[in-house]
Amino acid sequence: MILAKTGNEAMAYAMRQINPDVVAAYPITPSTEIVQLFATYVNDGLVDTEFVPVESEHSAMAACIGSAASGCRTMTATASQGLALMHEMLFIAGGLRLPITVPIASRSLSSPLNIHCDHSDSFASRDSGWMQFFAETVQEGYDTLLQAVKIAEMASLPAIVSIDGFILSHCMERIDVLNDQDVRDWLGPYKPNYNLLNLEHPILIGPAALQDYYFEFKRSQIEGMRNALPVIKQVTQDFNQLSGRAYGIVEEYRCDDARAVILLMGSACGAGRAAVDKLRHEGKKVGMVKLRVFRPLPHGLLKKTLSGFKTIGVLDRVDAVNSYGGPLYTEITSLLYDAVEKPRVFSYVYGLGGKEFTPEDAEAVLRSVLTGKKEELVTYVGVR
Amino acid sequence: MARLKELCKNKELFSKGHRACAGCGEALAVRQILLAAQEPVVTIMPTGCLEIFSSIYPESAWQVPMIHTAFETAASTASGVEAAYRFQKKMGRLKKDIKFIAFGGDGATYDIGFAALSGAIERRQRFLYVCTDNEAYMNTGIQRSSATPYGAHTTTSPAGTKVPGKRQHRKDIVEVAIAHNIAYAAQTTVALWNDLVTKVQKALATPGPSFLNVLVPCPLGWRYPSSETIRVSRLAADTCFWPIYEHQSGYKITYEPKTKLPIEEFLKPQGRFSHLFKDESGKKIIREIQDYIDEKWALLHKKQAAFPMPQAQV
Repeated sequence: MILAKTGNEAMAYAMRQINPDVVAAYPITPSTEIVQLFATYVNDGLVDTEFVPVESEHSAMAACIGSAASGCRTMTATASQGLALMHEMLFIAGGLRLPITVPIASRSLSSPLNIHCDHSDSFASRDSGWMQFFAETVQEGYDTLLQAVKIAEMASLPAIVSIDGFILSHCMERIDVLNDQDVRDWLGPYKPNYNLLNLEHPILIGPAALQDYYFEFKRSQIEGMRNALPVIKQVTQDFNQLSGRAYGIVEEYRCDDARAVILLMGSACGAGRAAVDKLRHEGKKVGMVKLRVFRPLPHGLLKKTLSGFKTIGVLDRVDAVNSYGGPLYTEITSLLYDAVEKPRVFSYVYGLGGKEFTPEDAEAVLRSVLTGKKEELVTYVGVR
Repeated sequence: MARLKELCKNKELFSKGHRACAGCGEALAVRQILLAAQEPVVTIMPTGCLEIFSSIYPESAWQVPMIHTAFETAASTASGVEAAYRFQKKMGRLKKDIKFIAFGGDGATYDIGFAALSGAIERRQRFLYVCTDNEAYMNTGIQRSSATPYGAHTTTSPAGTKVPGKRQHRKDIVEVAIAHNIAYAAQTTVALWNDLVTKVQKALATPGPSFLNVLVPCPLGWRYPSSETIRVSRLAADTCFWPIYEHQSGYKITYEPKTKLPIEEFLKPQGRFSHLFKDESGKKIIREIQDYIDEKWALLHKKQAAFPMPQAQV
């Protein structure tokens, strides 16, 4: 069915179809609408969900952990400062291997206060043991959220699905939605690994584990994240069967015979595609690589995809404040370090705090990548 | 009224072999509370002494389901657990009735988890929140909390040459709970086992959130011999330093000392107040503490007279 939906509306629509057992949430710009719409579904009886309107995001994630540990399919939605306030609890959800799924409308972090898009929020949560998916379009956000619930439960890992704040969260798009029953059949019932409310087998969840066990717990969690990649691949393929829409973990756009490519995540891929089209029209051998899954980092796939190019421009919508380039850039250069044919890799930081990133900006980046030369370590795109 | 003979036949849900200090008031309180709560219970705790001494992997003292997440999250985690329970009940996935008890120390309750507790009570989440109050952050080594009483020495309110211990009175957390229109709120201490057990049973029978503040003396932090926990606890009640009362649509003082003892009786055995007995300035502080206690005790009587607990709930 074709509908006109903003990103937030599409995420809320997906959540209504998922019909989670428990949602504990708190409002924050630009993801408020997701929670707001969901609350109307609850009060209009369109979902079976127990809705817990908590008093902070920290409590939202704590309540989600309590619910998921008690055997319930659990979701929330947040952004920016909200995700930052959850930070402590994100690690606990990850450590307890609870498949909580969270759409976020990516937004910058204060100070200065800014409500617009960048990826500071999700990148700050990078090492918390959550899978991270980035959507280019509203359609992809909707599709990815449905996939993420299934992936999270199969991999026993929590998942964040990012739609870019305002750019997608408030942008209306023509999207193709599945029907409710198909979504529910596809997801099936949640089968928890453990349940606090099982009185016959009382368990202690969240013990202290010291020098003798902590590392072993963590090692197993790391393995769980590694094992998630084949799960993502399988669920994405299953989803293709269900919806007819195909997604990759790493996607290439006009990369055949390309010499220079840009690597992007999220909504900016649209500008990237336009720039590639323009330069291809001029006969330049350029392309774009889109990364959909940031955690687990598909390093084998990235290495295979990227090592054939001459030059790569890595675009970060976040800065690591005087690290050796943007945070995605450093990951890419690391994974290419032992590649046989090493491309030159350049770092670009763009679009912080919602600074517009136009097809012209993408074109300028692509042209600079094409030259194969760059003097400064990081180029800050469009900063006055 | 509970009977000891019957109580001791109940199953021990908090088992021995945990790592609490000898004489730990908190361990006694948790054991007594679980003896009183024999119906199916699921428990929640924040980070703190209790969590450390009861749950170091691969061991556990808990014979009932228990979840620990973080320091400030007993009430918020309990909110999620309770929502999950309500969902499974309404969908027919769970048959049994379950009661929920969250245990938090005073730091976790008065301070870092305060907003979460307030939110959970306002949302009428159905659980009993027990504050095991030993009047400081004991797990990290005796730092002041907003439950630390006036004049007490802690490592962050030390009895110095210029500043003689904590300069502020404690937060009145039970009154704060009552201000939320909570279904049931009460205060007691571990020495008064019968009062404690009765209040736990009353709280669990209440539809809606309930709050119980239990004074649990800490030999390490209060600096008294570990054999004296129950005596110190009783002195807290007998000096009216720790008023023993409950609130359910009205006030009821549940323990009136036969003779109200002077506050020195409570302060003297404890090293955390020893600096107050050294000179005149210390004595002045003791008088201030006495005045404060007298004022609070009189006020509680006034409240009881003006807003008595309805007979049906007594």
